[in-house]
Amino acid sequence: MLQSIIFLLLLVAAFGLFAWQVRKVRANILVGRDRDMSGNAAERFKKTLLVAFGQQKMFKRLTPALLHLIVYVGFLVINVEVLEIVVDGLFGTHRFLSFLGPVYDVLMATNEILGALVILAVIAFWWRRNSSAPVRRFTGVELRAWPKLDANIILYVEVILMAALFTMNTADLKLHQLASKDLPGTFPISSLLTGLFPDSVSALEILERVGWWAHIVGILVFLNYLPSSKHFHIIITFPNVWFSRLVPQGQFSNVESITHEVKAMMDPSYVVPPAPTAPDGSALAPTSFGAKDVEDLPWTSLLNAYSCTECGRCTSVCPANLTGKLLSPRKIIMDTRDRMEEKYESPLIFRPNVYGAEAKHEPITDLANATLLRGKVTPEELWACTTCNACVESCPVNINPLESIIEMRRFLVLEESAAPNALNVMFSNIENNGAPWAFSPSDRFNWADDLFATDKQAATVVA
Amino acid sequence: MSPNTPEATKKQINVPVMADLAARNESPEILFWVGCAGAFDDRYKRVTRAFVRILEHVGTKYAVLGLEESCTGDPAKRAGNEFLFQMQAMTNITTLNGYGIKKIVTACPHCFNTIKNEYPALGGDYEVIHHSTYLQQLINDGKVGVTGGESFKGRRITFHDSCYLGRSNNIYEAPRDVLAALDADLVEMKRSRANGLCCGAGGAQMWKEAEPGKKEINIERTEEALATLAGKAEALANLGGVETETSTPDAHDLQGSIIAVSCPFCMTMMSDGVKNKEQESKVQVFDLAELIASAEGINA
Repeated sequence: MLQSIIFLLLLVAAFGLFAWQVRKVRANILVGRDRDMSGNAAERFKKTLLVAFGQQKMFKRLTPALLHLIVYVGFLVINVEVLEIVVDGLFGTHRFLSFLGPVYDVLMATNEILGALVILAVIAFWWRRNSSAPVRRFTGVELRAWPKLDANIILYVEVILMAALFTMNTADLKLHQLASKDLPGTFPISSLLTGLFPDSVSALEILERVGWWAHIVGILVFLNYLPSSKHFHIIITFPNVWFSRLVPQGQFSNVESITHEVKAMMDPSYVVPPAPTAPDGSALAPTSFGAKDVEDLPWTSLLNAYSCTECGRCTSVCPANLTGKLLSPRKIIMDTRDRMEEKYESPLIFRPNVYGAEAKHEPITDLANATLLRGKVTPEELWACTTCNACVESCPVNINPLESIIEMRRFLVLEESAAPNALNVMFSNIENNGAPWAFSPSDRFNWADDLFATDKQAATVVA
Repeated sequence: MSPNTPEATKKQINVPVMADLAARNESPEILFWVGCAGAFDDRYKRVTRAFVRILEHVGTKYAVLGLEESCTGDPAKRAGNEFLFQMQAMTNITTLNGYGIKKIVTACPHCFNTIKNEYPALGGDYEVIHHSTYLQQLINDGKVGVTGGESFKGRRITFHDSCYLGRSNNIYEAPRDVLAALDADLVEMKRSRANGLCCGAGGAQMWKEAEPGKKEINIERTEEALATLAGKAEALANLGGVETETSTPDAHDLQGSIIAVSCPFCMTMMSDGVKNKEQESKVQVFDLAELIASAEGINA
């Protein structure tokens, strides 16, 4: 009874704390600019099914895809057992789902095999990150300090959770064996481990409880760790993929306020629609062109930032990054999340990246006023982008780093006139000659001079 | 690559200009959008001319805007100058709508992407086709037989995907189908299709120096193309950013190999890369239209 009450309180506290944290995440995302992502439910549903549930884009790289699949399926299936643990904990039952009979046998056996595979996958993951020659995408200026530790904490927690599960099952199994009773369920891994456990009933009872509590408390703690971690992707990937851009990747967003200005310039009779007003009818401050800070980005870009698993596929295929330039699309996404949490709501654990000379950053003295642009993302990074969409294509959860890059370029060009000189020359060529090069517009049709072709019909006649 | 053609079989092409057609109250089946590179860049002018020869050869009723064409605004938009982009876009849309243009074909993926995807929001709705798709249709319809000219049989060709055709607009097969008609020995680079590596010129990089780094992107890409054509396994084994593993290639002589492109900027970057690697006597860079015009034997 006491256990049930403690358990109930723990459950309520854990979910309460989680809900409080999710509200903060939601508030952060909503500081972004409006973007209408409604409609196309059927297409969005299909994308969510394929990309989020089906992990379609993960399978471009087979080895990590299979390892990740094990952990993902393990997470989904083992959650059925967590459901049982919650019911047992609340009502003082023991293995409440055992009434399922043979189904329970299959479920427990699947859990155990998946649990063992998860441990193996996690070891492989750990090796890929921490060996003397790690996978290239697990390196980089943005993947040190907290992000690096965070990645390892996730792996350690996953092993601890699996170990707790096996401790619970093995102790339970051995208790039943000692009492010559049958434990419902089939336990292919735990039955191999019973020999390692003590023969004392009281010790086994303690081990069983320790395993049980460690597993469920571990999960509840982990749940509340998620909003501080890249592991939040296990939840937010689904809304993120749902709100994917559905237009061709080459289509950049249109800036409507500029459309009104240009139309008014070209046609003096054009009536510019009134600027939007605040709910109380007062005029809103005019918004800047492009993005200087997180609130200038569309909310979808902020949702993107919370969905990032820091896997670095974007950076690993980026032509600029591959050839040694400063640009790393992953860094821009991680910087966006750091900046959001620095300026607005922060999670329980918040250790934003601070860059120095290695990322060509001036030392930042005033963190609060250091905007996303320049405070975290340097113009040198932004100008290295070829807008090739490789990062967008490679992201397993449909994050679009390119959109943030273009928004910040717009701010540099339109608000600060801070384009590289060569681009300013290109702009004035377009303005003056209608071409990005310094050619005379009157020469535009010269290519058609003295143009001849073989007349194949005539040639046949001659032959 | 033009054979000596007897004068009797050579005909001069007078490229029809939209203003003249409109004056005669005629409308073309397609408007050929030449693009700035196609009009001004000496190398890409040859592509424009090859494509016009094909249009004449198949008897399509086409026209160009001539002096009325202006930059689509693509480089301005990618560089963040939305204001200049929209000025260009609306000027062009006014011209195109004034002539009642419905269907546009262009040999530039950047023009293609901009007109197809970004002009509709500004009042320009057209059916826009990239010349790779158009050439594929001509071949499929039997209008171009790909015979009677230079033979590409057995020559090694690798196709470099343009970002603004491929990832931007999901056109991967049309250029490959066009090349397949040449009966050549097509080889794929490890980074191809959706995983294709940019030539380095997109996003307005064409007009500026690259940021500081270890290497130029076009050199990285050219090295991959040359290693693919030559079948150098060890050079290909160390490429970064490869998403899918492919089989080990056999070694080949580079002589006569071709890097095929479908974009003026890729053309510049890959040609420069080949020159940088001092392989221009062995490896040539051609656009799809040039290869087809040449195979069809209509260059004069």
